[in-house]
Amino acid sequence: MAGVNLQSASFEELAMPLFDQLYNFAHWLTQNREESEDLVQETYAKALRGFSSFQLGTNFRAWMYRILRNTFLTSRAGLRATSTVPLDSDEDGAELAIEAETPETILMSRSNSQRLQNAIEHLPLHYREILLLCEVEEMSYQEIAETLSIPIGTVMSRLSRARKTLRDELRPQFEQRIN
Amino acid sequence: MVCESWKAKLDIYLDGELSENEMRTFDAHVRSCPSCSADALARTQMKRAIHLAGKRFIPTADFRRRLQQSVAPKRRRSFQFGWVFAAVAAVILVVGISTVNYLRIQSARNQVFSEIADLHVETLASASPVDVVSTDRHTVKPWFQGRIPFAFNLPELQNSEFTLEGGRMAYLEQTPGAQLIYDVRKHHISVFIFPDASTRTRLTENSVSPKQLPFNMQTWSQRGLRYFVIGDASASDIDSLAKLFKAD
Repeated sequence: MAGVNLQSASFEELAMPLFDQLYNFAHWLTQNREESEDLVQETYAKALRGFSSFQLGTNFRAWMYRILRNTFLTSRAGLRATSTVPLDSDEDGAELAIEAETPETILMSRSNSQRLQNAIEHLPLHYREILLLCEVEEMSYQEIAETLSIPIGTVMSRLSRARKTLRDELRPQFEQRIN
Repeated sequence: MVCESWKAKLDIYLDGELSENEMRTFDAHVRSCPSCSADALARTQMKRAIHLAGKRFIPTADFRRRLQQSVAPKRRRSFQFGWVFAAVAAVILVVGISTVNYLRIQSARNQVFSEIADLHVETLASASPVDVVSTDRHTVKPWFQGRIPFAFNLPELQNSEFTLEGGRMAYLEQTPGAQLIYDVRKHHISVFIFPDASTRTRLTENSVSPKQLPFNMQTWSQRGLRYFVIGDASASDIDSLAKLFKAD
């Protein structure tokens, strides 16, 4: 019994510091407060149950995010999100970077966080999640690959497409503003 | 264009994912190529903006409590030991846990206060201490809209000795918040505001700052927000400014 207690104590120590960021990520996925609370709750319950199979020394953060994401994908909200958005082929080479952005684009991204948040919200799920893992959670490509269970080459190409899609999403709003 | 091949890797470069050698080569190129350096700057700004915009949702205190309870280790009853032993063990456990907990909380609090002091010093040392420069609270307050996930009120300063210099974003335990700079008789005072629930270190309603801190400081919690007023001004000045905020 002591073993169980010890184990859950260390689970708590490892998992609770991730609570805020996991919740933020869950909310971005579900776009709903109640659903994100359910998702986080279920993630922690599953992780606690499966903690004995987690190998200490491997990446705990990526493990938690992977559980959260898989739980989301099999939830009603997740099935809804993935059934409406076809996945692009990620195996193509990385997108060529776009031409230099205008200073106005920079100004826009600085001064209008709400606009940017809306644009991120409208990204297809597989772009939104990879962009958030990279830019908000500041995960390395390796960690993202582990979290999403995809090869590093796919991380790079998908990230590149996500960024391009976000820029494209922001550009018409910007052009509308200056016209 | 020669730069096309560089630009294809620009994002990977900015993500810090190139090998050490490639990073060095890229650094040299970006420094010498105006087009790539402008592009790199724009993308860095975009990365920064996404980073800030992405930290958007904060769990409620109630949900945090519920989740904490669900993962906390369950203590199982055991009847293998005698009651006396159990009682003694319980007392030792309670005293031990309380002491460890007290020391842990005390140390975490001191760390928060040190972080606040560091943020204040960093602002004083900065070439551009404020991001929004204005003495008008109706200019400074709206500037924070969309940058931080909460709203707050700024006090009316008429008939007081304080002047508002401006504001900037600040981070405490990875939580975005507001920093406001006030002047009183050439002393700079920072007022930091963060959502109370999101700072992991629990502070009591009016925690007292540690004595070794080289500044005067006051902190309190009000309507779900945690306020820190810090500066080298006298304790009574800090108190007066704190009262203006509390009264608002």
